[in-house]
Amino acid sequence: MSEPLRGVIVSHAAVAQALLTAVAAITGVNDALVPVSNDGCDSGALTERLTRAIDARPAVLFVDLPGGSCLTSSVRLARGRTDVAVVTGVNLAMLLDFVFHRDLAPADAARRAAEAGSRAIRTPAA
Amino acid sequence: MSIALYRVDDRLIHGQVVVGWGKPLNARFIVLVDDSVRSSDQEQELYRMGVPPDIEVVFASTAEARQRLSEWERDPRTGILVFGDIDTLAALAANGHGVSRVNVGGLHHRPGRSERLRYVYLSDGEAVKLKALAAQGVEVTAQDVPTTRPVPLEDFT
Repeated sequence: MSEPLRGVIVSHAAVAQALLTAVAAITGVNDALVPVSNDGCDSGALTERLTRAIDARPAVLFVDLPGGSCLTSSVRLARGRTDVAVVTGVNLAMLLDFVFHRDLAPADAARRAAEAGSRAIRTPAA
Repeated sequence: MSIALYRVDDRLIHGQVVVGWGKPLNARFIVLVDDSVRSSDQEQELYRMGVPPDIEVVFASTAEARQRLSEWERDPRTGILVFGDIDTLAALAANGHGVSRVNVGGLHHRPGRSERLRYVYLSDGEAVKLKALAAQGVEVTAQDVPTTRPVPLEDFT
């Protein structure tokens, strides 16, 4: 069996750490995700943080916004690689799905996560 | 309305620029001045992704920006001009070229720089360049988002 995917949550401020804590609290899985904050980083420093977080393993980068420094550094890092994929708009629902489907190829895991995250966005009647 | 914000920020277009400043200023266009981004379609697409479709994004080299600065200043819409380093600022402001005020919004740690503010790290050489611009009449302040107090140049150099 190939190495399970690592999920790297890339966010502003402490959003990544908070999401990781929530995933662990809900699932008990605490070895699937790594948080990275862009605090105090230019693009070079953020790329270094991401490289350390990926740790040369196949990975999906879960980015908070579909633009900005978290996205630009993540896409630059994933460009031309098949072992790293990027998803934007990270939410708790997509991470909960991801930690139980880490045996997929990065691009497939990214697509699955995006679908799971999208399904969680609703406007239920009160 | 012209250019409402000239900003030095090594992250270039990102949330603080688009949302933090863009919303209260009602910015309708953003000019990104960077020679390497100007020459890369992939990089331009990355930066464009972070901007709502109703805001125009213009990519310019430093030389192009010097040529078009007066055109953007005459634009009836409100604009933001962002660049990533002090050398680009100095090139734009050279010879009284129309930059009268500059917002230092984010220059982060690199070898040779020291912390001046939480979001501003400068080398001694960069501090000297900012002071030289101020001596030429450019108003230089540091301010990451509009809700914080602008910090005068003398307080961070």
